[in-house]
Amino acid sequence: MIDTTREKILSRLQTAVGRTSPSPSTTCMPIATFTAEEKIAKLKGLLEAMRAEVFLFAKENWVDGLKTILAAKQLQTLLYAPDTWIGPTIAGAWEEDTQGLPRKVAFDQVIEDSKAELFQIDAGITTTRGAIAETGAIVLWADAHEPRTLSLVPAVHIAVLEAGKIYNSFCEIIQEQNWSAGMPTNALLISGPSKTADIEMTLAFGVHGPKELIVLILTD
Amino acid sequence: MHDTGPFNFKTNIVKALADKQLRRNLKSAMDGLKVKRRAVFADADELDALRAQGEAIKRRALSRLPDLLTRLEARCTANGIQVHWAETAADANRIVLNIMRQHGAEMMVKGKSMVSEEMGLNHFLEDQGMEVVETDLGEFIIQLAGEPPSHIIVPAVHKNKDQIARIFQEKIPDTPYTEDVDELNALARKTLRRKFYNGQVGLSGVNFAVAETGTLCLVENEGNGRMCTTVPPVHIAVMGLEKVVEKLEEVPPLLRLLTGSATGQLISTYFNMITSPRRPGEKDGPREVHLLILDNGRSHMLADNELRQALQCIRCGTCLNHCPVYVRIGGHAYGFVYPGPIGEVITPQLEGIEKAGELASASSLCQACGEVCPVRIPLPDLIRRIRREGVGRGSDCCVEGYGSKRGPLEVFAWKAWALVNSHPRLNAVNNRVLAKIGSRLPRLGPLAAWTTGRSAPQFAPKSLHQLVDEEGVPHD
Repeated sequence: MIDTTREKILSRLQTAVGRTSPSPSTTCMPIATFTAEEKIAKLKGLLEAMRAEVFLFAKENWVDGLKTILAAKQLQTLLYAPDTWIGPTIAGAWEEDTQGLPRKVAFDQVIEDSKAELFQIDAGITTTRGAIAETGAIVLWADAHEPRTLSLVPAVHIAVLEAGKIYNSFCEIIQEQNWSAGMPTNALLISGPSKTADIEMTLAFGVHGPKELIVLILTD
Repeated sequence: MHDTGPFNFKTNIVKALADKQLRRNLKSAMDGLKVKRRAVFADADELDALRAQGEAIKRRALSRLPDLLTRLEARCTANGIQVHWAETAADANRIVLNIMRQHGAEMMVKGKSMVSEEMGLNHFLEDQGMEVVETDLGEFIIQLAGEPPSHIIVPAVHKNKDQIARIFQEKIPDTPYTEDVDELNALARKTLRRKFYNGQVGLSGVNFAVAETGTLCLVENEGNGRMCTTVPPVHIAVMGLEKVVEKLEEVPPLLRLLTGSATGQLISTYFNMITSPRRPGEKDGPREVHLLILDNGRSHMLADNELRQALQCIRCGTCLNHCPVYVRIGGHAYGFVYPGPIGEVITPQLEGIEKAGELASASSLCQACGEVCPVRIPLPDLIRRIRREGVGRGSDCCVEGYGSKRGPLEVFAWKAWALVNSHPRLNAVNNRVLAKIGSRLPRLGPLAAWTTGRSAPQFAPKSLHQLVDEEGVPHD
């Protein structure tokens, strides 16, 4: 029955479009290209306007920067994915039971076995696939190494971005990284903490997703 | 619909116009949205170029719809997404119910989806004993209130915070009355977190479906859409068949147009691109993803070269925000799922002229909707076309109920008007008579209806022709 439904719909559509000719194809619109410094400034400005916190650290001492932020925010637990490039760094960044720093929790089980704990975690830290300067967004690329809920369920999301991976536009990152050759289970653009204006158009943050977004930009 | 009686547009309008609170709530919200949109599209040339591009992408996709849908289906299937086709809302509802039953599911968490409103999914599933939880804050509010959305983007825009505070106090157990928006928000977060945790099936809409990669794109700010599509073991995505585009690189301009037009945002908080269920080795995400492609009258709309343009719609709601009629009466008065200018064009095609043709009268043809539409749908032209369909002669056209509004009195009146205005002598006599008795004509029949909301015209003692004959025209 499903099949005949499909055939019926497609045949009606075929009859309907039969008489028209396709308009020409379109591609990305060119936009202003930014220098490396401009990209960082543009991205930072737009993310901060959406109430994300953005920090710039030199590549070699970003972990110290992270520790300062974690201590200041008094977070109790930090979830991380052990198989990402930041995984081993986080794992060895501080001793367990260090005063003032959160307990580290590795996301190493399937959600079915870790759901209760996941919903209790304070913060999650992820890598990024890149970022978009034009509109101000970071790109997450969930896969076997980095779960999707890591950046969704905890109240604070910390994202680590290498400055060299900031692209001018959404279209540019799609083309340059050749996304159409293989998309992950879930690719995601994030431009700030979760928000809503559904009550009297009043902006409120942290409705269902993270209440805070912290982006660490690592510079050379 | 929550109004149980038959659809009576006039009664709805009179009721809405008398509701001062509704009009205040709407006006402040719509004014705010218009200002934000203008700010984000400050560069007029850039906006023009973007709109032209958005229109071209959607037109091209529509002209190749069967091909793109077949490719989308093939890609999705290869990615592990199960694709279903539905002719009608009833078919679509049954497909969703079957998926839930196969999994022994009793509770669904739902992201915002206008197609699911079109299907009447919530009522259908609830009648089958299922629990359905709307998780978008605005949808959650109106679900608690037992109402349908009154706007495509901001569904609870007709309510102010006092009204919402009362709804929360009444409907959520152990909730004190609070008008503080952050507290109301926290209440919704707490209530719905438990639902996400326990949800067995998550349902979402689709903003764009990309044929070349089999990717389903979702635009949102709250994170509830990500919750619904990530935490439950089963994700069902429902889409109207016009949502497909060919290439991934066609998405950025459409996304920019959508968020800019809808809420005046450069980009939404989240743009979620889903390409498959959980893959081997992945630790979360649904184990099954279903894509339901709904026709429900769309293939019929595609058959008409003019009316097909309504299928370009990306559901941004900006034509509502800019419509002087919508801003005064709100979405509920329109009586069907899609209000405002786009609703006036779509609903009569979905429901037939006899049932919903009157919607096309709710326009002053001020052109605002056409000027702001991000994909350049000529809404005023289409509204006039729907009006013409209603009074057309013969049966050679495509909207159901064609000609059903054609009345002998109106036909006679226009014939007489044409006669009088094409014969100078008759026209002169007519003008002299009207000048004498025009103001004293009895307010009966159509004239009575016409003058309830308008002042009756005053006929001048002398016609323009007479004045010109007597006084001449100065030539410089």
